Amino acid sequence: MYKVLKNEKLNENSFEMVVEAPLVVKKAMPGQFVIVMAKPDSERIPLTIYDYDKEKGLLHLIYQVVGASTLELSKVKKEMFGVVGPLGNPNEICENIDKFKSKKVVYVAGGVGVAPVYPQVKYLKEHGIKVDVIYGARSKDLFLIQDKIETVANNIYYATDDGSFGTKGFVTTVLEEHIKDYDICVAIGPVIMMKNVCDLTQKYNLKTIVSMNPIMVDGSGMCGACRCEVDGKTKFACIHGPEFDGHKINFDIALNRMNIYKEEEQVKLKEMEANYE
Amino acid sequence: MNNDQKTKMRVQPPKERVKNFDEVALGYTKEEAMKEASRCLHCVNPRCVKGCPVNIMIPDFIKAIKEEDIEKAYEIITKSSSLPAVCGRVCPQEKQCEKMCIKGFKSDAISIGSLERYVADEAMKNNYGSVKPTKKKKEKIAVIGSGPAGLSCAGELAKEGYNVTIYEVLHKAGGVLTYGIPEFRLPKSIVEKEVNSLKDLGVEIKTDVPIGNAITIDELKKEYDAIFLGTGAGLPKFMNIKGEDANGVFSANEILTRINLMSAYKSDGKTPIKKGKVAYIIGGGNVAMDAVRSLRRLGVETHLMYRRSEEELPARKEEVEHAKEEGIEFNLLTNPVEILTDKDNNVIGMEVVDMELGELGEDGRRSVSEKKGSNHKVTCDMVVMALGTSPNHEALKESNIKLSDRGLIVVEESKTSINNVYAGGDIVTGAATVILAMEAGKKAAKEIINNL
Repeated sequence: MYKVLKNEKLNENSFEMVVEAPLVVKKAMPGQFVIVMAKPDSERIPLTIYDYDKEKGLLHLIYQVVGASTLELSKVKKEMFGVVGPLGNPNEICENIDKFKSKKVVYVAGGVGVAPVYPQVKYLKEHGIKVDVIYGARSKDLFLIQDKIETVANNIYYATDDGSFGTKGFVTTVLEEHIKDYDICVAIGPVIMMKNVCDLTQKYNLKTIVSMNPIMVDGSGMCGACRCEVDGKTKFACIHGPEFDGHKINFDIALNRMNIYKEEEQVKLKEMEANYE
Repeated sequence: MNNDQKTKMRVQPPKERVKNFDEVALGYTKEEAMKEASRCLHCVNPRCVKGCPVNIMIPDFIKAIKEEDIEKAYEIITKSSSLPAVCGRVCPQEKQCEKMCIKGFKSDAISIGSLERYVADEAMKNNYGSVKPTKKKKEKIAVIGSGPAGLSCAGELAKEGYNVTIYEVLHKAGGVLTYGIPEFRLPKSIVEKEVNSLKDLGVEIKTDVPIGNAITIDELKKEYDAIFLGTGAGLPKFMNIKGEDANGVFSANEILTRINLMSAYKSDGKTPIKKGKVAYIIGGGNVAMDAVRSLRRLGVETHLMYRRSEEELPARKEEVEHAKEEGIEFNLLTNPVEILTDKDNNVIGMEVVDMELGELGEDGRRSVSEKKGSNHKVTCDMVVMALGTSPNHEALKESNIKLSDRGLIVVEESKTSINNVYAGGDIVTGAATVILAMEAGKKAAKEIINNL
């Protein structure tokens, strides 16, 4: 069992969890992910690492309640059954600081995607790379960890679909305005957002890294559920990713594959909701 | 009594068992075991022993059964095998010990596997043979992976008194015995008992640890006197044909992991599983057989498609027989060419082609080629690929360990290119069987002991 120090609502359906997992955070790098299990019989949920405190051995996660298993996770108090990680590969820029030292980097975060963006921007700042952040959400109330991301970002631009905060429009609206300022882009958020960002950056030939979050079961390179088409080849997000060259990802397949268990997940969600009523 | 015929093990009737995940084969009663044991000729030069990958003294344990000394029979088996209850159930006996049995030339071979299972089950019931190490030793050994190779390596070392820690990336120990082989073929309670018996020997099992990411091999080397790598077969292969990215195409590993490790077959299981109307499982090995029979139990109309003929099916014979009894349709000498999809990229069928067998190849298998102009379509909404695996090097990160062209770890006498690091099982041989992995683990344990 892993000790849970915090599991609190950030807004309508987003939660922040802090869990004691010294072995996980010891070597964790931005871009990597973990798999958590609320109880011994729970589903395995992959979550990209949001923050960590190596000295205290604490792992910070942000997740959205979107189905049965994240609902169950949101009910966790004091301890949970499983945390395994770090899994996958670190972010390419964070792992190769020297190579990117003189590059101008922009991060594009969509919704809860700000959680995996934060540790990367923080890490790059600590290593002398200033990074701009474009952060979009549907509306003003849905922004998360604004104070934290602002302290690590060089410039930050906001965009909301309804214009309630920052630029009215999408992250791509803001990105297109500033696109010539950058040498490399990292986009993390909903698959459709990453696809739109890549469509744009491809036009400007701006290298773009995306973090894929497909359906996953074991997360250790065994089951093959997380396969993505990258450059026409089958890759597994859990061990070849989760980050890939966004211009090589087949987003249509990725979008489609997210729906595989939609019906089954609806049934499980109803059952889980009944459990907590 | 006809001494030529083997004593058949009772099984759950097919019509009943397709509705549950309970074990198919029910085991021998004492009378049945005695009857079967009495058929053994106790050859002076027992060929069966040579057929067994771990050389169990088969005639001796059968003799002990005849003498009604099951504890002794168990002792004899466990001298050579660390997981008898598992091997009695999943070994391809017809290709090993039973193939060599002299009785098998003119009549039925002795049902050695069934007798092994009987002895192991009785031993579990009566707590036989819980060996305690005589003397604790100071050396520490890390075992990476808790599948058959890791478990047997750990068991051998622990029996000799070494301090063994097993690292497992999943939340449950057992490797393929836990996530891969279904309950109806190998009850998880058996695997748990085997794992617990290792714990009783003092083996520590650390789950949730991704070696390579959380701890590297180099770091382990500082803490342990020797390391055994038994990380398993790796990633599922796909065919690389058109439409394979469609919704409704799965790897057998995913289906089996959801069902076995995550209990998706239970009505209260929290992990979902897709139940199509008609599924084609592509492949002919044990994994294909496990996947097709699991889906059959979930109410899916199931077909097994294999490009060679029945004779070449690599699966265990009993599983093929059981699958047929369960109403699974075998589409042999057929291979998919393309997976057909609707506008939303859901599977609606396959274009397949008939195959024909050719000459015997260097690998000992007959070559196979497409019959020109035989393409036709089948309708289905689910396709499951069970085509084997390719190695996964996650645990080996930052290690520079020597790999073969196929990406397998190169070993000599179980030793890898790194000092004090040993390897065995599927990561060395490519996907093989439980017993071969077990043998490799055991062999490595002996090497480790010799070199410490």
